Amino acid sequence: MRKLLATAAVALASLSGQAFAEGSDVKLLPVSFSFEGPFGTYDYHAVQRGFQVYKEVCAACHGLSLVAYRNLQQIGLSEAAVKAIAADVQIRDLNDVGEMADRPGRPADRFRSPFPNELAARAANNGAYPPDLSLMIKARPNGAHYVYSLLQGYEDFAKLTADQKKAMGLAADFKMQPNMQFNKFFPGHQIAMPKPLNEGQVTYNEEAQKEGIKNDLPQLAKDVVHFLAWASEPKMEERKKTGVKAVLFLVILAGLFYAVKRKVWADVH
Amino acid sequence: MATSNKTASLGGHGEAVTRRDFLYVATAATGAVGAVAAAWPLINNMNPAADTLALASIEVPLKGIEVGQSVTVKWRGKPVFIRRRTADEISKAQAADKADMPDPETDAQRVQKGHEEWLILVGVCTHLGCVPQGQQVGSDRGEYGGWFCPCHGSQYDTSGRIRKGPAPKNLVVPEYTFEPNDIVKIG
Amino acid sequence: MASTQGGPPAFNNSVVRWIDKRLPIFTFMHHEYGVFPTPRNFNYWWSFGGIAMVMLIIMIVTGIVLAMNYTPHIDFAHDSVQRIHRDVNHGWLVQYLHQNGASFFFIAVFIHIFRGLYYGSYKNPRELLWILGVVILLLMMATAFMGYVLPWGQMSFWGATVITNLFSAIPVIGNDITTFLWGGFSVDNPTLNRFFSLHYLLPFVIVGVVVLHIAAMHVAGSNNPIGIDPKGPQDTIPFSPYYVTKDGFALIVFLTIYAAVVFFAPDFFGEPDNYIKANPLVTPPHIVPEWYFLPFYAILRAIPDKLGGVVAMFGAIAVLFVLPWLDTARVRSARFRPIYKWFFWVLLIDCFILGYCGANPPEGYFVPLARVATLYYFFHFLILLPVLGKLERPLPLPNSIAESVLKKSAS
Repeated sequence: MRKLLATAAVALASLSGQAFAEGSDVKLLPVSFSFEGPFGTYDYHAVQRGFQVYKEVCAACHGLSLVAYRNLQQIGLSEAAVKAIAADVQIRDLNDVGEMADRPGRPADRFRSPFPNELAARAANNGAYPPDLSLMIKARPNGAHYVYSLLQGYEDFAKLTADQKKAMGLAADFKMQPNMQFNKFFPGHQIAMPKPLNEGQVTYNEEAQKEGIKNDLPQLAKDVVHFLAWASEPKMEERKKTGVKAVLFLVILAGLFYAVKRKVWADVH
Repeated sequence: MATSNKTASLGGHGEAVTRRDFLYVATAATGAVGAVAAAWPLINNMNPAADTLALASIEVPLKGIEVGQSVTVKWRGKPVFIRRRTADEISKAQAADKADMPDPETDAQRVQKGHEEWLILVGVCTHLGCVPQGQQVGSDRGEYGGWFCPCHGSQYDTSGRIRKGPAPKNLVVPEYTFEPNDIVKIG
Repeated sequence: MASTQGGPPAFNNSVVRWIDKRLPIFTFMHHEYGVFPTPRNFNYWWSFGGIAMVMLIIMIVTGIVLAMNYTPHIDFAHDSVQRIHRDVNHGWLVQYLHQNGASFFFIAVFIHIFRGLYYGSYKNPRELLWILGVVILLLMMATAFMGYVLPWGQMSFWGATVITNLFSAIPVIGNDITTFLWGGFSVDNPTLNRFFSLHYLLPFVIVGVVVLHIAAMHVAGSNNPIGIDPKGPQDTIPFSPYYVTKDGFALIVFLTIYAAVVFFAPDFFGEPDNYIKANPLVTPPHIVPEWYFLPFYAILRAIPDKLGGVVAMFGAIAVLFVLPWLDTARVRSARFRPIYKWFFWVLLIDCFILGYCGANPPEGYFVPLARVATLYYFFHFLILLPVLGKLERPLPLPNSIAESVLKKSAS
């Protein structure tokens, strides 16, 4: 029996290891997030800063169609602030006379996507489609670390030395395609997205500055990943909290059942 | 059931039985608590979801509604009547406060102070759920100048109170607040 | 239906008495679950049948609730699952329970099957019982496959495409069959709709076959770890309270592990690609089926011929149907089969190797490894079992279950 369990454990471990090893050959940048681990929670200050980065930078090309403006109240914005953010956006909707027209957004609306559809998005981006970011962190192996690294993985291909190329496992005939950027961490190393984030691109509010939060590239990348992690699973904290209660309860119930089983079986053995 | 009787009588040595019984009861009770706790998420699943609740209140701009005019808006899947009453309609409603009615209420109870012009009602007859007439110009408003339900002839006055016919209650006044910029928030 | 112990039960409650006289469900429950004579020497591997049944119930209940908010349309399916996660009250919990419940259902059933293989539970007089079990496995696989398509992610779509394309391997009519399965010329909205319909239907068919499976078990009685029939009352104990409490304990431990995964690693068994909405124009670099299909997927790919691979994959399950007649040994339990015992473990490891190969791209050493493992799988059932049964000299069997239990507790 023990053998069976051990074999199962080894097999599972090797399977999951395999799943995470896919993609790039390059090791991701080291970073740790507060939401990781079985008891991890979101740092809502970081999520708010990340929202600012998303709004000012990413939103120009990437949608966030599964998140509604009202959800921003969960990250600590006031009702009035959410209303103002929503009202700043023009949402296409049926008007009173049955025509499609823009109206100011409401908290109940979901984030407006920058392009009406995929074809329009491709037409505006040299044929590339900027994916919706609602689930980006869940949709990539080791998503948070991957996106964090990707945002900082841009290199000037012309300046790479032969050794660096070799270390990344680039083929000898590797050539950059037109309109593509070199990125260490992107599978295939050629990404259509131009370097999106630069140091100092977003200015955080005074409160963040007072806390000593810089706006260098690693910080911006970390914050926006934090926001996207929240966007991909807003109910994560509820899940973990419920989980602690559920597992503790089941352990107690298992103990009780074991005691009952022992007593019932006492006269058989 | 016979099975549980058997469970309890197994063994059968005085003191041991009590301790054993306590353990059984504790385990069964804990299990029952767990079953209820597990059932709740499944039941709660059927309650209105967050996106449905987010649409539970609407904001209606009042700008452009003339005195004497009525508009109908959809709120939570039902019609809401908004009538900007004339001075005549208001005084008629207030004068009738003391009249004999099935569901006595004063006009002041049915509008907000300082906004007596605006009468806001859920447009569903309290009898059997039809939508009363009286919103459109020229439609039948009944004897009391308010609304008239074509289904069974209930008649409502200019305060939306039931005056005649089978309906037992006045037209429901939804929760609403007046917001800045001539906006009323219903719900 | 089954063997009973003692006379009809006396019910204290008059309502129960009234009902029982007209419809003897209480007497039935009393005989089949209350006093049902059960071998006294079950180990915990015997709990997994009951655990699997509880998982089936959990899957049906959570599934019914999920269906209330799910939209079976290619444009809305993916978002509707996310709406369940984000907006529906406790929707995230119900969806994760269902998603991981499939994996834990298979874990319970696989353990249940391997228990049967080790202790020879498929042998006379339990052949039909075993065959009904294999039918349940097939229905489960069909249900799980169609369920995985419903969220309409990349893996859903490409999994559905690959699996339905298997049928195109059938000579002459293959392409027509695939078109028929799809209801079109590719996996599309009609496919999603019929999969949803069948995914809702099949679990209730499973319930029906489970009832037959249990009924057959109550005719032959349960097998037990030493594989000899009970010879009298000293060899058995009533199902309640003994196995109610023992299985109950095993169940709660199993559910604890299930809960730990649901709450702390809900995507452990999943693929990140399935969080990308299905795109018929882009295939993900590595298509992997759900883990419980991996061994079969490896067998499919091990044969370098389209039709051959499909035949081998279905053959891997087909051999289970005839297993009771392939195994020629008279002795049931591997405890008394010194050589078979080892081959059982080799088969188990072989299945893990197949699963490992199925999870990896068919390149490099995985190709020969998968071929050897596939070959061994069929060798085990088709050659080893018939021959071994004739050659092997079993250890002496104990005289009775009671004797073996007493000896064990004495030592």
